[in-house]
Amino acid sequence: MSDLQSQDYVRRSASTMTPPMARSHEDQVAKLIDVTRCIGCKACQSACMEWNDLRPEIGHFEGSYENPMDLGPSVWTLMKFAEYENEQGNLEWLIRKDGCMHCEDPGCLKACPAPGAIVQYANGIVDFISDKCIGCGYCVKGCPFDIPRISKKDHKSYKCTLCSDRVSVGLEPACVKACPTGAIMFGTKTDMKDWAQERIVDLKSRGFEKAGLYDPPEVGGTHVMYVLHHADKPSLYSGLPDKPHISAVVEAWKGFIKPLALFGIAAAALAGFFHAITIGPNEVTEADEIEGARVLRESESEKSP
Amino acid sequence: MTRPNTVIIRYTMANRVNHWITAICFVLLVLSGLSMFHPMLFFLSGLFGGGQWTRAVHPWIGCVLLISYLGLIIQFWRANLVNRDDAAWMKSIKEVLVNDEDHVPPVGRNNAGQKFVFWSMTLLIPVLFFTGLVIWEVYFGEATSIPVQRVAVLIHSMAAIAAILVWITHVYAAIWVRNSVRGMTQGYVTPGWAWRHHRKWLSELASGQHGKTTIRKRP
Repeated sequence: MSDLQSQDYVRRSASTMTPPMARSHEDQVAKLIDVTRCIGCKACQSACMEWNDLRPEIGHFEGSYENPMDLGPSVWTLMKFAEYENEQGNLEWLIRKDGCMHCEDPGCLKACPAPGAIVQYANGIVDFISDKCIGCGYCVKGCPFDIPRISKKDHKSYKCTLCSDRVSVGLEPACVKACPTGAIMFGTKTDMKDWAQERIVDLKSRGFEKAGLYDPPEVGGTHVMYVLHHADKPSLYSGLPDKPHISAVVEAWKGFIKPLALFGIAAAALAGFFHAITIGPNEVTEADEIEGARVLRESESEKSP
Repeated sequence: MTRPNTVIIRYTMANRVNHWITAICFVLLVLSGLSMFHPMLFFLSGLFGGGQWTRAVHPWIGCVLLISYLGLIIQFWRANLVNRDDAAWMKSIKEVLVNDEDHVPPVGRNNAGQKFVFWSMTLLIPVLFFTGLVIWEVYFGEATSIPVQRVAVLIHSMAAIAAILVWITHVYAAIWVRNSVRGMTQGYVTPGWAWRHHRKWLSELASGQHGKTTIRKRP
């Protein structure tokens, strides 16, 4: 959101240089969302709005518990409610707090063309630095989770910052602070994984055999992880991707095509230059002018006998 | 060298104005587009008042270019129809490249290289326009799905690179074949130029196929 952060970058969008690395020995942080303990109260949504001073426009009731209906420039986290009828024919209410997953290998950062508009701090948080954002929407194309939203007012892209401003002064994110059931936790990634394992053992003992941790390796793991009762089917949870990955199209565009294209353009320009200094210009000779004039003169005399 | 006192109008004022509007738009699009394509060229966005301005203005210039290029298609499509001479010309491309005009078969108003530039741009510019609409975040950001936008941005960048390569060829050829630029700035070429590079076109002109107005006294 802002670049007045005391944290060091390890990744910086649209940069060919390596960011300063010397002070990168920092614990990786993670938020753990235990979906199985969520009661859908939306305290996290309110806390996010309050801490970040976000006030989305008040909409209309759409016949759903979801409010508002989608993430937006002023909606950085959103409770999503899914009704699932399990194999036993029982209804399960799967409530998931949606928002930026803070990928270890962020697709938004890879796609971004504005230097320094998207950064990853040494603790793993992925943040948008708004004053450098140009509003092109490439982050939307890069993201495997459909998270960033571009504001129509200021043409900047917004998403969850993992409260990087709070984290940098040793506080937990606002949503974590507000959660009344302890379903949202925050700490080092190692601690969060350990805690998740305990929780998964507990869930399995209570009949959720497929319980597990959502920390998708296809994007290098994420700094927001879920404990799911149905870890074999993440898509049950309002379309959480089963195997999220940066699209191959984006990888091609930002991978080999980018350098290859510049090389091609430079090669074409150089080919022209070397043709000019070796073969040289193709100039009209005096003989050509005489011949050209003759053709025109002969046609004149034919027409006027 | 004797200055010929008759010249041939190769491009009318309408041709030239239309061409240069297109050319200005193209150059602006290349500069703004490349700044959003490669981080090493992001500094080019400074020419447009920064990244936000570059992002905002690029699609509008694209719209102007499309309309302008449609004008060029209307004015030049007939002169760029492919015929038998083109195959013969392409076969002697080696002689063309080393300025050995004596061994290059005579061609009409445009040679195969010029036709290639015309038809490449005729294909690439609409592709760039439509893929550009899909990724025009401000107005069409929600019009298509994200997977469609991903493909559109990839095609847009590859078509743009192709267009830049064609454009480099076009600009270099105009500089290399001397006095071609004058044809597009002041509008005329000399009979010797036409004899050397477009001999069949000169014969057509001489036989009055294109009307008398194309040949006039030197300005």
